[in-house]
Amino acid sequence: MRDRIFKSLLFLSSLLILFISGGIFYSLFSGSVQAFDEFGIIGFITSGEWNPNPGNEQYGALPFIAGTIATSFVALILCIPFSLPVALFNGEYFRGKKIAGVLGTVVDLLAGIPSVVYGLWGFYVLRPIVSSLGLSEQGLGIFTASAVMAIMIIPYAASLSTEFISMVSNELKEGAYSLGATRMEVIKSVIFPACGSGIFASYVLALGRALGETMAVTMLIGNTDNIPTSLFDTGNTMASIIANQFGEASGLKLSSLIAIGLLLFIITALINLLGKMIIKKFTK
Amino acid sequence: MNKILIALSALLLISGCSSSEKSITGAGATFPLPFYNMIFNEYRDSSGINVNYGGIGSGGGIKSLNEKVVEFAGSDAYLSEEEMASMPEVVHIPSCMGAVVMAYNIPGCKALNLTGEIISGIYLGKITDWNDPAIAEVNPGMELPDLKITPVYRSDGSGTTFVFSDYLSKASKDWAEGPGTGKSLKWPAGIAAKGNPGVAGIIASTEGSVGYIGSEYSFALNIPAASIRNRAGEFVSPSTESISAAASGDVPDDLRFMITDPENAGAYPISCFTWLLIYKEQAYDGRPEEKARELVNLMKWVISEDVQSLTEKVHYAPLPAQVREKAMKALSEVTYNGQQIR
Repeated sequence: MRDRIFKSLLFLSSLLILFISGGIFYSLFSGSVQAFDEFGIIGFITSGEWNPNPGNEQYGALPFIAGTIATSFVALILCIPFSLPVALFNGEYFRGKKIAGVLGTVVDLLAGIPSVVYGLWGFYVLRPIVSSLGLSEQGLGIFTASAVMAIMIIPYAASLSTEFISMVSNELKEGAYSLGATRMEVIKSVIFPACGSGIFASYVLALGRALGETMAVTMLIGNTDNIPTSLFDTGNTMASIIANQFGEASGLKLSSLIAIGLLLFIITALINLLGKMIIKKFTK
Repeated sequence: MNKILIALSALLLISGCSSSEKSITGAGATFPLPFYNMIFNEYRDSSGINVNYGGIGSGGGIKSLNEKVVEFAGSDAYLSEEEMASMPEVVHIPSCMGAVVMAYNIPGCKALNLTGEIISGIYLGKITDWNDPAIAEVNPGMELPDLKITPVYRSDGSGTTFVFSDYLSKASKDWAEGPGTGKSLKWPAGIAAKGNPGVAGIIASTEGSVGYIGSEYSFALNIPAASIRNRAGEFVSPSTESISAAASGDVPDDLRFMITDPENAGAYPISCFTWLLIYKEQAYDGRPEEKARELVNLMKWVISEDVQSLTEKVHYAPLPAQVREKAMKALSEVTYNGQQIR
């Protein structure tokens, strides 16, 4: 009896999750119909004009899509030189040692810091540095936002990569050592080929996390509705335009913001799906 | 299993009890939030009625009123004709006054004069340096540095932006034909930050920047603000007196009016009202008359002289007598089933 109740409870709660995700998708979709009707799906995605002035309202998502892609990929590139060494340190050089546990915990702690704290740090510490180096006028922009975001996604990239690196079978590595390979050579010609797609997948998942980051980016990107033309230009991302404008939006503008939300939902879902697929293929 | 049931029913009991307490719910503008928080606390102590006000933005407040989720909405902009047509008749009750001030960061500069034309030129990207002759002309005897101007604006939709752009549209033809008036705009120049704290934060740490901030925020933090030239030709700094002075002109009966760029002497030109919105016919959704009476009494209390004298404590300006009279009259016309509420 108890078993059956437990089982049906589990079944119900998992069904609920499905319903909720379906519901989110449905309400995003129905909310964005107005914007897609007005501008067309392709027109909405490819238009760079964002003009909320009543009378000649015109909404296009291109500046925000461009801003999102720029910040996420720059953040991803900036995070590799930090997360990959951490993964190798914990997964290969000091696997199972106490120091690896400490480092792993510290890196995981990074994931627990609220995004607004990263934003404040970026605003008061990183921004003056960027502007005093003369890289940009006020220190806000794509680069500053990406640099802070890079730190935020290190734990996501590092902990999963660590798992994959430590999963490489000992026989393979010992074989290489017995042939006289150095540790560097083992990493280069055994570990990376064996778990490269797993490491790749962990970066794909970190990218998915970067795409949706809102608060820290809003504080650092400058929030201008233009397509960024350089690394130090100001811009805006899909998540930050929604966070900024949602409160006072109505009508066509609200629908356009929901449409941006739908696009972000789809992009993030696809990225995550891609990551999961690579991992599944790799662990088989 | 039984324990859970008991806990659940206890929870239900508790929540059932708390809802029997008298309460009025409202939501909307965040600009008057410190004022509302203070006076609604006082109202609970004096009358025993709990007023819950959620600062979710003017747009959200109007939406909630339209969906009848709240009994009153707070808004920094009066309803447009379109919005008025889309819902039952709404009464506008001004609750207090504020202003939009121009904060700036110029090293060594303690006082700054600006005009609407200059502000519009800066935000249109036409005036780009502090030593521009147009700025020097209104600041005689002042040494302005050769420094690039960084205009800062609000990234979120905001009543502050609405008031600021409404003023610029009146003061500058280029602005009216360009970005125009709205809670958020298409800005030709500058960078953006969220909320008053965001804008103030960028100005404080960026040399050469200038930006607009709600007066309640700048007064509370003593942020220096530029004096703006009004229609009478005086350079006026924002203060509770100069803000109240802006509302001494003609007041329409429905109280839907902007007081930016007024003609009166001594008036600060970027002043504004904030409104409380309620339905004129209070018998909707099966509301008892008791609730309608409580709501109208609250509104009357907010515009009473005693409460208005509290505005300055939290850095707003009190409503002038003429506006209070008109608001009282508008409240006396609120009905329940067509009958006046007593």
